[in-house]
Amino acid sequence: MPDRMSILSPTGHLGFTPIERGSFELGVARRPDAIVADSGSCDIGPQPLGADEHCSPEEWQRHDLELMLLGARRLGIPMIVGSASDTGTDRGVKQYAGIIRDIARRHALAPFRLATICSEVPRDEVARRLAGGVRVEGLDGRADLTPEVLARTDRLVAVMGVAPIIRALDEGAEVVVAGRSSDSCIFAAPAIRAGFPEAAAYYLGKVLECASFAGEPFMGKESILGTVTADAVTVTAMHPGQRCTVASVASHAMYERANPFFEHVAGGVLDMSHCRYEQQDERTTRVTEFAFRRDPVYRIKLEGSGKVGERAVSIAGIRDPYTIRHIDTVIAWARSKVEERWGAPGARYQLYYHVYGRDGVMGPWEPTPVPAHELCLVVEAVASQWEDAEVICALGTRNLFYARLPEVKGTAGTAALMMDEVLRGKPGYEWTVNHVLPLADPLELCTVRLEEVGR
Amino acid sequence: MTTRPLVELAKTIRSKNAGVDQITFDVIFRDRESYELVRKSGALTPETVARLYGIPRERLTAFVEFDPALAIKFTIRRERPSGSPGERDVFGAQQYAPLFDLPIPVGP
Repeated sequence: MPDRMSILSPTGHLGFTPIERGSFELGVARRPDAIVADSGSCDIGPQPLGADEHCSPEEWQRHDLELMLLGARRLGIPMIVGSASDTGTDRGVKQYAGIIRDIARRHALAPFRLATICSEVPRDEVARRLAGGVRVEGLDGRADLTPEVLARTDRLVAVMGVAPIIRALDEGAEVVVAGRSSDSCIFAAPAIRAGFPEAAAYYLGKVLECASFAGEPFMGKESILGTVTADAVTVTAMHPGQRCTVASVASHAMYERANPFFEHVAGGVLDMSHCRYEQQDERTTRVTEFAFRRDPVYRIKLEGSGKVGERAVSIAGIRDPYTIRHIDTVIAWARSKVEERWGAPGARYQLYYHVYGRDGVMGPWEPTPVPAHELCLVVEAVASQWEDAEVICALGTRNLFYARLPEVKGTAGTAALMMDEVLRGKPGYEWTVNHVLPLADPLELCTVRLEEVGR
Repeated sequence: MTTRPLVELAKTIRSKNAGVDQITFDVIFRDRESYELVRKSGALTPETVARLYGIPRERLTAFVEFDPALAIKFTIRRERPSGSPGERDVFGAQQYAPLFDLPIPVGP
C-alpha cells in the first residue's frame, strides 16, 4: 500500500452543467493519482431512466469527458466515470465509450485501455429471481417488490459497488466508463484496490462525490482534491476562492441523505457517527475516525422506472378576486365537466391542478395556503394515449374559463388563458423500484469489457 | 416570552431529495450558541415539524442533531416518489420555507 493516494473530483454530475476549467487545471497540476466523476442521479426524476434518455446536452458531456480524459492521459493516471449519461443504463455506457474513442482519435492520444461496465438489469432477470423466492426488499419504507410492480417497470439498473471497477482496473483499464454506480464507490474503488482500509476509502468517496459542494462559499462544478492515508482523509478546495472547512465538510456529510451518520453502499455501511473533523490549513479539512461494516449478505440497490402515460399541460391565470376566493369551486366545476365525459380519474386518466400563488409548490404541506392577488393554474393531464391526455387537459382548462359562480361579475370568461393551447410534455413516469436485491457474487449483474483505444 | 424566528438564528435552511421517496431538511447554524439555543428550546422537534407541515408524526423518518455541522436535520417521506405525475418539486428543493418563521423562545 502506498502512503497516500489523491483523487481529483471535478464535478458532482458530469455533463449536467460544464466543469469549470480553472480549478480543474489547478487540480491536475497537483498530480493526483486518479480523476473520478459521477455522471448520474435519480434526482432528475424517473423519466430519463424509464425512457432511456439523457437529460444533459451531449455537448456538455463531451466537454467534461474531454477535460478529464486529456488531463488523465497527460498524467498517465486512471480516469473513472460512474453512472454514465445521467441514467447509467447500457445506452449511457455505450454513448460515453463512443465519445471517449472520438476524443482519443481527434487528439491522436497514445493507446490506452478502456473498460466499459454495464449494469442494466433485464426485467425478466428480476422476475426470475422473484419467482425463485428471492426477497427484493423495499427501501425507505417501501413494500417488498412484487411481480405486479415489476410488470409496471420499463427499465432497471443495478447500482454497482466497488467490485466491478476494481476488476476493470485489475485488467489494466486506464479509463473506466461504468453504468449506474454508487457515487462514493467509484472513488473508493481505486483506493481499496491500492490497499487502503475500506472505511477511509469509502469516506474519501463520500466527501468527494459532489466536488465543490463540500466547500464554502457555495460553488458548483469546481474541483476538489481528496487524499487518503491509512487512517485519515483530507480534502482541499482547488478554486482559489473556496475553502474546505470543518463546517462545509461536515455539512456535506448530510447533504441529500436522510441520515448524516451512515452511508449505505453495496456490501456494507460507512459509519460516520464518530468522525473527527479538523482544519488542517486554510483550505483543507482533515477527517478521521470513520468505520466500515460489511453486511452479512451482499445486497445491491435496484432502481426502476415505469411509464404512467402521455402528459399534457396547459396554463391559465385568474385575476378576479371573487373567483380567486372561490378557486376550489372553480376547479371542482372543471373537474366535474371532465368526469362527465371521462368518468372519475383513476386507471383511465389522471388530472392535476397546480395552483401557483396559493400552494403550487407545497400542496398539502403548505401551512399558509392564502391565495395571492392573482393565481396561475397549471393543468396537468396524463393518459395512456396522447390524444386522450390532450383532450382531457383542454377540457379541464377551458372549463376554468366557463366556471359557474353565483355572483361572478365577469360573465365573459372566468380565466385568462396564456394561450388556448395544450402543450405536450415528456411522458409521465414513476419510480417503481427502489429496492435491494441480494447477490451471491458482487460481479454477477455486471459485464466488464476491455478494449484498446487510440492511434 | 421573547421569541425570534428561526431564519434569524440559522445560517442555512434547505431541503432536498434524499433518494426518490424522501425529502430531507437541514437547519445549519453559524455558531454553537445558536445551535444549542434552538436545540434546547423545544421549538424544533419532530412534533412541531409534523404540526407545521400538517403531516402525521410517522411520516418523519429521521430527526437528528448533528453536532459536527451544528445542524438539526429531519426527513419526511413523500406522498409519491419524486417526479411522478402531479409532482410539485422534483428535487424537493423548495419545501423548507415554512421553517423560517418558526418562533424560537430566546428569553423571558
